[in-house]
Amino acid sequence: MPVKVMIPSPLRPYAGKRDSAEFSARTVGEALGHLTTEFAELRKHLFTEDGKLRSFVNVYVNDEDIRYLAKENTPTKDGDTISIIPSIAGGVYLASPSRSPVGQR
Amino acid sequence: MADAATLWISGSLAEKIRAHGAETYPHECCGALLGRDSSAVLESDRGDGTLIPAREILQLFPLVNRRDDSPRNRFSVTAEDVLAAEKAAREQGLEVVGWYHSHPDHPARPSEYDRDHAWPWYSYIIVSVQNGTPQDMTSWRLNDDRAEFSPEGIEIRHRAAVSATGFSTTEK
Ligand SMILES: [Zn+2]
Repeated sequence: MPVKVMIPSPLRPYAGKRDSAEFSARTVGEALGHLTTEFAELRKHLFTEDGKLRSFVNVYVNDEDIRYLAKENTPTKDGDTISIIPSIAGGVYLASPSRSPVGQR
Repeated sequence: MADAATLWISGSLAEKIRAHGAETYPHECCGALLGRDSSAVLESDRGDGTLIPAREILQLFPLVNRRDDSPRNRFSVTAEDVLAAEKAAREQGLEVVGWYHSHPDHPARPSEYDRDHAWPWYSYIIVSVQNGTPQDMTSWRLNDDRAEFSPEGIEIRHRAAVSATGFSTTEK
């Protein structure tokens, strides 16, 4: 029984509209590697150009955030579920102290 | 994908987004857009002669801006918030189709920071709030190559009937 990777809705258009995919993998990194090999279009939305997981991409193994485990080296076993969960961030232009209209600092 | 997209929203929900931006001014507001994307709507509306929206917002899920350090020019929605928004959507046969936030004293255009942190597919509504008064409201979708956003048209519609009757025909 392989590892199941849950794909969030914003990424499904790049994964053949699927909401999950299954792979044999011993670590989270390996599973995500398989995922982005099978669905190459996903890669740039999950990883930065130097191959790091983007800051707003959260990965959980069975409800546990891999940031508090061994990150991408977190081991996985058959039957585990890996979830990719978005966090959302944004804002106005970088505040430059001299021109900031809100005038703080 | 995401070419010439249109987002449908009722006048009252659009007004609620503006009001949220005014309420949190000079801080940024944020929240989830709950609704339906075309595939589901195509099914439920087939045959009744109405126009088929590309994407429709049927409810809002206002959130607390988690950026205590710089709430005037940043907003942040945690993974837990996202899961809560998805749960709220699912309970009503809807899905999270996008996010809204305000730009206090800045135009309703996505910033570099917005683009750096954006997901594809989602609609991103931005409302400009100038001196506490909501102004322009725009919607955007990230291009496939992440290089820029494309503007998405906002259509203000009064389609209360769809939100009331549509749930029963939505799958899952
Ligand atoms: Zn923004």
